[in-house]
Amino acid sequence: MTILAPRPPVEARRAAPVVDLASVTKLHGHGPDAVVALQDVSLTAASGEFVCLLGASGCGKSTLLNLVAGFDQPTTGVVTVGMQSPDHVDSPTGRGTDLAGGSTTAMLFQDANLFPWLTIAANVELPMRLRGVPKREREAAALDLLERVRLGGFSTKHPHELSGGMRQRVALARALAQDAGLLLMDEPFGALDAITRDLLHDELEALWIERGFTVVFVTHNVREAARLGDRIVLLTSRPGRVAETWSVGIERPRRIDSPEIASIAATVTDRLRMEVSRHGH
Amino acid sequence: MAIDTRPTPVITTLDDALAGLDALERASRPPRDRPSRRLLRATWPKFATLACILVVWQIAVWVHWQRHILQTPAHVGSQLVSLLSSSLFWQSCWATAQQAGLGYLLVIVIGGLVGTAVARIRVLRSAVGSLITGMQTMPSVLWYPLGYMVFGQTSKAIILMMVLGAAPAVANGFISGIDQVPPGLVRAGRILGARGIALDRHVILPAAFPSILGGLKQGWAFAWHALMAGEFLITLTPLSLGGRTVNALSYGDYATVVALMVVIVAVGIAVDGVFSWADRNLRSRYGLIEASAS
Repeated sequence: MTILAPRPPVEARRAAPVVDLASVTKLHGHGPDAVVALQDVSLTAASGEFVCLLGASGCGKSTLLNLVAGFDQPTTGVVTVGMQSPDHVDSPTGRGTDLAGGSTTAMLFQDANLFPWLTIAANVELPMRLRGVPKREREAAALDLLERVRLGGFSTKHPHELSGGMRQRVALARALAQDAGLLLMDEPFGALDAITRDLLHDELEALWIERGFTVVFVTHNVREAARLGDRIVLLTSRPGRVAETWSVGIERPRRIDSPEIASIAATVTDRLRMEVSRHGH
Repeated sequence: MAIDTRPTPVITTLDDALAGLDALERASRPPRDRPSRRLLRATWPKFATLACILVVWQIAVWVHWQRHILQTPAHVGSQLVSLLSSSLFWQSCWATAQQAGLGYLLVIVIGGLVGTAVARIRVLRSAVGSLITGMQTMPSVLWYPLGYMVFGQTSKAIILMMVLGAAPAVANGFISGIDQVPPGLVRAGRILGARGIALDRHVILPAAFPSILGGLKQGWAFAWHALMAGEFLITLTPLSLGGRTVNALSYGDYATVVALMVVIVAVGIAVDGVFSWADRNLRSRYGLIEASAS
C-alpha cells in the first residue's frame, strides 16, 4: 500500500459495520464459457471508513457491490459485513439487521430509482413504513431528512418534477431513512453535470462526517475518488483484481480543485493508464 | 494588464449554492390554460363531428335514401326525449347497468388474478400466455353458443360471454405491466426492505399500474361489446337496453331503434371518457407525460 500523505487518526465512530472480502472470486456463467468477473479480491473497509473503488470498464466494480449488498454470492471466498457472513443467512438481502430493526445496508445507483407514483416525502418514508414505523413518526422523520438534504420545500412534489441532482439527494435521504450503517454507492453522480456533482460531493462528505456510516463508493472518476475517499482501491479489468491501494490523508472538508487532490489524482491516473494499456496489446 | 487571481472574498454556503442550482434546474414551466379553455379545446372537435353527422343524415333523408326506414334527426331526437322521460326506459338502463357492473367486476377480478399469476409463474406463462392473447382477438359473440349451452337463456350466459370476452384483455394489461416494471425500481424496493407481498404492493403493482389501467380500459370496451351482443341474443325481463332495441326492431319502430343506438353509443363514449381522464391524470402524476400536454 502506498501512503501518499499521513493519514489522520480514525475517530471513534458510531457503530458502522466492517466490510471484509477475503479471497473473493466470482464467475459469471458456467463451464468453459464462464467469465471471471473478480479474481482473488481481498479488501476491507473499516467501520466508518470511506472507500472508493476505481477501475476502467470490466473491472467488476458493480459485481463487487452486488456481493457486498448480498444480491449475489461469491463463487469462492467469503464476503462479511459487520459480524455476519452472508453465507450463513437464508435471505440474500436479509442479513445484517441492525438494532433498530432497519436494514444496515443502503445502496445508491446512477439512477435515483425514486418511485414515480409517490411524492418525495412518501419516497423517503417508504423504508420506515416497511419496517413498521408509525405514520406520524415517519412523516416527521422524512421531513427532517428532506430538510437535511435541503429539499424540505419539495416534499409534496413528485420525482419527475425535480432535476437529476435533486432526485439523487432524495435518494440519499431515502437511504438515510433506512438508518443504514453501510452505504454502497454505484457511480451515483455519474450522470450529473460537474457543478451539481461538485456540490453533492460536499453534501455527501458533510453527511458522512455527521453520521459516520461506512461507505463503499464505486466510480471511474479519479478526481472524485481522491476528493471523497479515505482510501482508493484500484481494480484491474478482466478479471477484476486489486491492483493498488492508496490512503488519502488530506484533511476534510476537501475541495476537488485543491493541489493535493490533483497530485493524488495524477498518481492514480498514471497507474490506471498503465493498467488500461495492458489490454491494447 | 495583470489578471487578479486572488479568490473572491465572498464565501457561498453549500445551502445557498444548492438552493440556487435547484431554482435554475427547475426551469419555469409554461403556465397552464384556464380549465374552461382546455374544456373548450377538447370538446369543440367532438361537437363539430356530431354536427357533420347530423347534416349528412338530414341530407340522406332529403334525397329519400332508404325512405321507408330512415327517419329525420328531429324525429329520432323527439323519440329520444320521450324515451328519456319514460320510467320503463330507466328500468332497462338499470338492468343493463347491473349486468354491466357485475360482469365487469368479475372481469377485473378474474383477469387480474390470471394476469398476475401468469406474469409471475413461468410454467403458467408458457402454458397459457399465448392462449390469452389468442382469446383476446376472438369476437365476443363467438362465446354465445358456449354461454347458451351452459346457462341457457339467462343473464349468467351473458356474464360468461363478458368474462371470456374481456378478462383476457385485463389479464394482458397486468402481464405487460408487470413485465415492464423497471428492474431498477424492483432492486431499489428490495434494498429498502420490501419483500414478498410488500414488494408487490409497494413496488410492482404501482409501477405496473399505467399498463394495468390500459388493460382495464380495453377490458371495459370488450365487456361492453359482449354485453350488447348478449342482450341482443338473450331476451331478459325487465327488458335491457339491447333487448328493447331488438324489440323495437321487430315492431318496425325504427326511430326508437336509432334512439336506443344513440343511448348505447353515448354510454360507451362516457365510460371511455372517464377512463381517458383517469389515464391522463395517472400519466401526468407518474411523469409519463407533461402535465400541460393533455
